[in-house]
Amino acid sequence: MTDLAWIEAALTAARPQVVGALLRYFRDLDTAEDAFQDASLRALNNWPKNGPPRDPAAWLILVGRNAAIDATRRRAKQQALPDEAVLSDLGDAEAAIAERLDGADYRDDVLRLMFICCHPDLPPTQQIALALRIVAGLTVPQIARAFLVSEAAMEQRITRAKARVAGAGVPFEAPGAAERAERLGAVAAMLYLVFNEGYSAGAAEADRRRPLCDEAIRLARLLIRLFPSEPEIMGLTALMLLQHARSPARYDADGAIVLLDDQDRRLWSGRMIAEGLALIDKAIRHRLPGPYQVQAAIAALHARAARPEDTDWAEIDLLYGALERMQPSPVVTLNRAVAVSKVRGAEAALAMIEPLEGRLAGYFHFFGVKGAFLMRLGRAAEAREAFGRAIALAGSAEEAAHIRQHLDRLMAEGAGGGGR
Amino acid sequence: MQYAILCYHSEDVVGCWSKAEDDAVMARLAVVHERLAKAGRLGPVARLLPTTAATTVRNGREPLVLDGPFAETKEQLLGFYVVDFDTFEEAIAAAEELGRANPGGAYEVRPIGLYKPGGGAP
Repeated sequence: MTDLAWIEAALTAARPQVVGALLRYFRDLDTAEDAFQDASLRALNNWPKNGPPRDPAAWLILVGRNAAIDATRRRAKQQALPDEAVLSDLGDAEAAIAERLDGADYRDDVLRLMFICCHPDLPPTQQIALALRIVAGLTVPQIARAFLVSEAAMEQRITRAKARVAGAGVPFEAPGAAERAERLGAVAAMLYLVFNEGYSAGAAEADRRRPLCDEAIRLARLLIRLFPSEPEIMGLTALMLLQHARSPARYDADGAIVLLDDQDRRLWSGRMIAEGLALIDKAIRHRLPGPYQVQAAIAALHARAARPEDTDWAEIDLLYGALERMQPSPVVTLNRAVAVSKVRGAEAALAMIEPLEGRLAGYFHFFGVKGAFLMRLGRAAEAREAFGRAIALAGSAEEAAHIRQHLDRLMAEGAGGGGR
Repeated sequence: MQYAILCYHSEDVVGCWSKAEDDAVMARLAVVHERLAKAGRLGPVARLLPTTAATTVRNGREPLVLDGPFAETKEQLLGFYVVDFDTFEEAIAAAEELGRANPGGAYEVRPIGLYKPGGGAP
């Protein structure tokens, strides 16, 4: 790795803490971002010459703060900038900031920076774009590429989101315990949105969107480091790692969806699974269950099964039952029905999902699952109808193609007069 | 003398490497590993998962189980080597070579007092 690559990684790593602290000083997001930008440019110039500082975040906060104060003064009085040498001589001041970097202020700075992306007035796509831009530090072209929109459109989306956040007023006071927990919950939901935006992409976009999954996991790890004893944050991180671990096996060479049962499990990332399992084990010790932990526990049961037939479906059924009680939702029941079909058969599973049809009438997966249950029960005509509705609701070409395979199989079986 | 060479690095920074960058560092390290192994100097090597996956058991009258690594520091212990050299200078040279393959961070060279290779580990 070159010096430059190392510096860029260090700048990206320090960004949430630095922009968060600068936001607290200047109470304005644009000023904070400009100041960070300024400090980063100075770092690129200064660090190769003088070596990296002991604490890059402290260095950047100090330099960024000075730069923004200078810029304000310059605008006010047209005063000259201080000498670069003066700015670079940071010795004691940097040490003082570094000491405070471990304090609660900085923890709350990062949380606040993430929390302003979660404003309830912002639609999910704007929350995701804002978080990728101001917390993760992705460039507008990078984000535009992930969303398949033009750079101008993405720029506009981010500008609009920022204006809305600024108009809503950023909460600058230090949060109390209850408020902190509330912010953590909102931030967790936002990170999961970012992750899913990357994870739910079709094969064609999967590579372009992978950075969204990576960024969500990176920021979740950062949250764990700041708030080390929050079992739901551990659960969320575990959930994302365990799902992301399966990414290399989710599409075949032609870009077609490969179902969990058919995936080549040797392609799963062992390192991500190990980390995810360690996190869920840690979380469970707290005995404070929550939806992320339960979902991670379900993902963990899949990850622990060396072969599909080793999967503990009875336990998965129980976990989905727990999730239904915590977060009642027809989608959760639909997922539970898949486990039920493995444990008690397709008949019981079908009975479970039939009452959901009214609420899930626009949901692709409902008809895909329903069709699969009907097919297993030998009710070919009804299965065909369900698959037909699924194709009409498919969100991507891969989803539609996957259902069409089932249909083709049904047609072949119908024509041949026998099953396989 | 056996030495442990402990690899420290900022996890935040390492976490920002792309997969390609991470792979490149590991490939450069593999060259050093191979040279040390061929010379018969290399024992077990481990890369640790992030400290966010760590739990600390602090001893006291009642052992206390705490989330996270033992110490919150700027740079974390990310992995370690066991090497065997006749002289301390050679151990330092090996750490320097590893450092050239994996810039940033630090390698701590620590003599080993008791070594049991074990048999049950993966």
